[in-house]
Amino acid sequence: MCQVDEEYNGHLEKISLPTLSKKCVKCKDGTAVLIIRVGDAFCRDCFKEYFIHKFRAMLGKNRVIFPGEKVLLAVSGGPASSSMLSQVQEGLSRDAPKKLRFVPGIVFVDEGGACGLSVEERQRAIAQLESIFREKGFPYHVVHLEQVFSLPGSVLEAVSSAPEQPGSSYKAAVDQFIQNSRGEHGLMEPSVEDAESGFAQLSTQDPTYPTEHRLALERLLASVRTLTAKEDLLQTLRQHLILHTARVHGYTKVMMGDSCSRLAVKLLSSISLGRGASLATDTGFSDTRYGDVVIVRPMRDYSSKEIAFYNRMFNVPSVFIPGLDTKTPEKASIQRLTESFVTKLQADFPSTVSTIYRTSEKLHSARTPQSAITDLTSKCLLCMCAIDTNTEEASAFNAILVSERLSQSGLRETAPHTQAQALPTESPGQCCSSGGQGQGCGSGDCCSSAQSSVTPDLKGLLCYSCRLTIKDMTAVETLPQYIMTEAEKRQRRLRMKMEISEFLLDDEESGE
Amino acid sequence: MPVQCSSCTKKRAVLKRPKTGHSLCKDCFFWAFEEEVHQTIVSARLFNRGETVGIGASGGKDSTVLAHVLKVLNERYDYGLKLLLLSVDEGITGYRDDSLETVKRNQQQYELPLKIVSYEELYGWTMDAIVKQVGLKNNCTFCGVFRRQALDRGAMMLKVDKICTGHNADDVAETVLMNVLRGDIARLRRCTAISTASEGEGAIPRCKPLKYTYEKEIVLYAYFKKLDYFSTECIYSPNAYRGHARTFLKDLESVRPSAIVDVIHSGETLSVKEGVKMPVQGTCSRCGYISSQALCKSCVLLEGLNRGLPRLGIGKHHRLHGKILAQQPLTQQEERKLKAIDF
Ligand SMILES: [Zn+2]
Ligand SMILES: [Zn+2]
Ligand SMILES: [Zn+2]
Ligand SMILES: [Zn+2]
Repeated sequence: MCQVDEEYNGHLEKISLPTLSKKCVKCKDGTAVLIIRVGDAFCRDCFKEYFIHKFRAMLGKNRVIFPGEKVLLAVSGGPASSSMLSQVQEGLSRDAPKKLRFVPGIVFVDEGGACGLSVEERQRAIAQLESIFREKGFPYHVVHLEQVFSLPGSVLEAVSSAPEQPGSSYKAAVDQFIQNSRGEHGLMEPSVEDAESGFAQLSTQDPTYPTEHRLALERLLASVRTLTAKEDLLQTLRQHLILHTARVHGYTKVMMGDSCSRLAVKLLSSISLGRGASLATDTGFSDTRYGDVVIVRPMRDYSSKEIAFYNRMFNVPSVFIPGLDTKTPEKASIQRLTESFVTKLQADFPSTVSTIYRTSEKLHSARTPQSAITDLTSKCLLCMCAIDTNTEEASAFNAILVSERLSQSGLRETAPHTQAQALPTESPGQCCSSGGQGQGCGSGDCCSSAQSSVTPDLKGLLCYSCRLTIKDMTAVETLPQYIMTEAEKRQRRLRMKMEISEFLLDDEESGE
Repeated sequence: MPVQCSSCTKKRAVLKRPKTGHSLCKDCFFWAFEEEVHQTIVSARLFNRGETVGIGASGGKDSTVLAHVLKVLNERYDYGLKLLLLSVDEGITGYRDDSLETVKRNQQQYELPLKIVSYEELYGWTMDAIVKQVGLKNNCTFCGVFRRQALDRGAMMLKVDKICTGHNADDVAETVLMNVLRGDIARLRRCTAISTASEGEGAIPRCKPLKYTYEKEIVLYAYFKKLDYFSTECIYSPNAYRGHARTFLKDLESVRPSAIVDVIHSGETLSVKEGVKMPVQGTCSRCGYISSQALCKSCVLLEGLNRGLPRLGIGKHHRLHGKILAQQPLTQQEERKLKAIDF
């Protein structure tokens, strides 16, 4: 049908390359070397100042990192996270009062085992990164993806953090910090020692991983039918490893290097993957889904172009490591497709990324009910965001359940042309029918019958989007043990809750 | 090798459902298709017994299938609705002539009353005449704005309680994506609503019973039911954002067929920060239609056409609304700006 039902007549902003002005717009003196936005031509020094200022401003505006706090920098070797690393180093080396006052460490997740890299290629990449990390002088942790097979179930437990009141507690922490640093000369010093002892520990650590874990990873990836689901799963496992590393070493914040270009792609692919409810968590400055460890994204104001310029101009080293979708065709996965779509659109309409990015700032993460902190069954087993399948009766989630049920044998409750009134209401939150076969949970008693199976059914424990990922798997039992163990635990809890449901007073509403 | 229907497990499957991937026989597909629309109507409580429901009929596949299915369901489940077809004649030679013929045939086949409202009778202008004045570049603005009101006005003439339109799942998902690309948070929040309650006097509640129905399945349904529809896109191209969003959605669907419903789920579950400004809806002081400005879009467009100043409705000229309302003359400079239009 004709789609002009809306009054959209804003014209897309066409690309227009301004003639390069000779002088810097800021100091009016230096020779302009690059143009950030239309009309903003900067000289080298002013660009550096602008770039550095932006990092500090982002942290200053959000005030979530406390002085003296241990912060883990997640570095992938790519331009954005490498640039973030250089910004932290820059910030720590400044004179007070502009000095950053947290204690950094680095984590690198070696995903070579999932991306078809040889042992030598992986070792070479790690060696390159290690030399960069050593030069920074921060303690670092190299984690191999294979290590997911030895993670403890506790990773998936969201630990509630102390209630945060941004203003007051931040100020208290600053005061505390200033008092402390008056006594001992320079609180930053111990971090250097830390770094050295850190090296000692880490360099003696055996860099290999047991063969059984390597094979387990191969089996896991082989059971995922689509690249879309593989990428999604890899992202989840990577986050779990980073989270675990942070907890084990006492880091309470993790910095991720997502640029605004990256976040625009992430926002759009999240929408396409059914992650609408988690958009704000996935793309916002701070991400509190894990409770005790908070993810922050301080690079979110930089475009990938700015980062590339900065890195080149100021010799920020980065290491290219092929990923899962490197050299795959455009339509290989939803994530890959979204990336190429945004990149192309950005080339024609330079406001694309910033427009999508601005959308992310207006979004809100679905509020987790108070009980969610103690009741893990309301959080997704995999991505740990609030479960979003308790939708209204008329919803996309229920519509697709109805479609699946109506297309399968034996599940057809009424013959055509009979007077069936409204079908039984789905109770998706409690739906736990067999996962692998993709059967809908039509009959009310399915939950009791499917329990004894060896493989726990994950569907009822997952958010909408993670269900899609699991649906693309042929063998759910290839998932790492910590996930399966936690799944069983949560299922037992769900079953218990169902048995006693009629005696429980609904506290979800009063909690808000 | 013949594939067996996964639903009845007896007959031979004739199609693979784009939405779920299941292979179904013809009867099971019809049944599932209709049943799903029924589920949507029941669960979203779209209608009440005794209501008069106007089906926005363009002669295209969506509204033809909608009219057919509503007629079937109204009888099968005894909704007790009074259905009628409502068409808009934009006055586009060669486009509407044929599609209106289709609507007229549908009227006879489905035995539903039909009302055609024309732009000419409502506004005094046909689209052909508008194109002559504004050129091809901006006519979609006019067409869209006028059409929206035309349906409402037609519905009011017929004392219709609700209007339903043939928007399908693809349309809704596409709109979600488009609003993200445009950064239009207000529309992003509203666009997945299955029905709009009556907002102000000028508007009649609207709903989309095919909201969860895949476009491809609509075509399959029409094909196997041998429904008569007129398959021509509006001869005027959709706007740039929608075009990009549409291409992207089709690509997403080809990578993961559930993507259409997944995008709708995202739209339904995302939540907008409190404090983000949303436009306030008021009514047009000239015609009483809903409008966030003093004058509604269509009154501004009409004023522009009638004064020979077509740009009036295209750019943002809110500050001129006062003058127009007071019927004051515009300055020469203002006139010059509003006259120039690129074809
Ligand atoms: Zn300068
Ligand atoms: Zn999830
Ligand atoms: Zn069948
Ligand atoms: Zn008006």
